[in-house]
Order: sequence, then C-alpha cells, then structure tokens
Amino acid sequence: MAVPLGTTGPDSAARVRWRLAEVAAVVDETPRVRSLFLTVPGWPGHRAGQHLDLRLTAEDGYRAQRSYSIASPPEDPRIALAVERIEDGEVSPYLAGEVRVGDKLELRGPIGGYFVWNAAAGGPLLLVAGGSGVAPLMAMLRHRAAARSDVPTTLLYSSRSFEEILFREELDRLAAADPSLRVVHALTRSQPEGWAGQRRRIDAEMLEEAAGLPLPEALAFVCGPTRLVENVAIDLLTLGYKAHRVKTERFGPSGS
Amino acid sequence: MTKDDADRRLDGNAAGGLLAEVFRVEMTTVETACAGCGARAPVGELLRYGHEMGAILRCATCDTAVIRVARTRDRHWLDLRGARVLRLDGTPL
Repeated sequence: MAVPLGTTGPDSAARVRWRLAEVAAVVDETPRVRSLFLTVPGWPGHRAGQHLDLRLTAEDGYRAQRSYSIASPPEDPRIALAVERIEDGEVSPYLAGEVRVGDKLELRGPIGGYFVWNAAAGGPLLLVAGGSGVAPLMAMLRHRAAARSDVPTTLLYSSRSFEEILFREELDRLAAADPSLRVVHALTRSQPEGWAGQRRRIDAEMLEEAAGLPLPEALAFVCGPTRLVENVAIDLLTLGYKAHRVKTERFGPSGS
Repeated sequence: MTKDDADRRLDGNAAGGLLAEVFRVEMTTVETACAGCGARAPVGELLRYGHEMGAILRCATCDTAVIRVARTRDRHWLDLRGARVLRLDGTPL
C-alpha cells in the first residue's frame, strides 16, 4: 500500500524531538496527585487537550516512557502536568514523589490533534472527566477563561471522594465568575456530610440532567479511565450526540 | 489500578508520539478505513494496545489490527495491512 507523506511544515521534526525541561514548581493537589510546572526551552506551543511524552532514563540506561496530558492552557508559558501516583508504577512514584524543583526531565510534544478544543471551535461544550482525566479538560477550561469565551459549558466530573477532586478551588472560582460555565461533581465512594452533589457513577440520567439534550452543534470531550469513557460515550450517543462530535481520551496504565 | 484488558486499552491518541517518529503529519486526525469491515475512523479513535516495542491500533468496530508499529534500536517496522486507506489531511507537523 502506498502512503503519501503529505506536506511538511516549517518545524516538521520539532515536535518529535526530545527536549530537556526543568521543573519550576511542584504543587501537591490531592493526596495522590501532584502538579508539575515545567519550563521547556524551545517549546513550540500547544493546543488545549494535547499531551506530551515524558521519559526517564535510569543510571544503567534503562528507559521508561509515559504520556501525560497538558493541564495548562496555551496562554501559559509554563507547562503543567497532573501526575497521579500509581503505587506499583515505574514512573509516577518518582514524578509524584521524588522529583524536586530544578530537576531536568526529557519530554517531546505537543502530541495529538484529535482531542483538542479552542475557543473558535465553539460549542455548547460538554466536558466529562473521571479522576485525573480532568487534566486536558482543565486546559480547555483555562483556555476558555483566558480567551474570555462564553460558549455554554458544563463540566461533569467524577471523583472518588471530596479530597480527591483535582483543581476544586479553581473550578469553584471559574464557575462563580462565569454564568455560562457549570461544574457538577459526582462523588462515587464517599461524600462529606451535607454533600448536595451527585453520589454515584456517571450515567445517562446524570448526563441528561447535567447537560440536557444536545443541540446539533454540541461538542463533548470525555476523559478518564477506559470503562468510564466507553460507558459515557455510549450514553451520549443514546442521548443524541453525534458520534463525530464526541471525542474520547482513555487514561490508563500508560500514565503509571 | 487493575491491569485487565479493558484498562490496558487506550486510544490511538496515546500512540501520537510513536507515530510522529514515522510520519510527517499529525497522525491522530488522519482518517483510516479498516480493511476488515470498512469502518472509517481517525487514528485517535482506534483502540491502542501498547507493548514494550510499540503499539497495535485496532478497529473499534471489528478489532482488526489497522496499524502495527514496532521500534527497535535503529528502525521502525510499520504494518498497514489492516488499513484499506489512510487519508492524510491532518495538520502538517
């Protein structure tokens, strides 16, 4: 089979080149998730929703490579990643535990043109997240705020417990300042006393209640564990979303 | 995290970096037609099964291996038998 290679842009190899990034700040977001803020000399810029590949090399030359979604918006000069600690993981215990400001990390990117949104793409927008899958959706929300977009947007975000909600205070602030943004939390395992939000896994009824029936131009982005993503995608199609307007990104052990 | 097959399966999206080592256009938006069932889907929507040396991207409809890519020290191996056609109108890198 013949495969034409298409056109080549000015920075054709730039995005697959490995670059040395420096850890500029480290913030513990929840008991299991840490934000890394990286400065990346020569970073070509990214779009909200894209990811990057990060690799670690051991002293004996052994290399481990993982993909991480970018949580920072294109407007932010630093790249933010949200790294969840997987106890038996090869990479995340280092990134979410040992790494220090000033450490150097190898990365390449940005990668992906499929799971991306920018303000010009419009909406209405439905964002559905499970756990640390909120990271690329956070980049979209931060970009939406930076671009002063008023595209009607709902984030439906499933976490195991109140303590494990990522970016909770920032999400509260964004929603309070913006009548066109709605944030709905679902807590699946435990809820604090007096919790007024959802108390179960995301299902079709919850999607319908949170987002309503879709307008023809409605766009949905779903990111989280594989099973959540697949169940939500099927529910959205049942509700009337168009298949090509539902974008999915599965998070899995490649984040470990 | 459990490590059964459902959790091992990711999107073609996750193979974007690996494919960028081979192709000169952004591959996650490239449309594929499955040689098994004819289903059309962007690479980002294929199901990606990673392994130590690379990845297998399967059709979400019929499970045909649409794209197989493996990497050794100094070369890539690309098997496109499962793709009837690729439409490369993605963003140039």
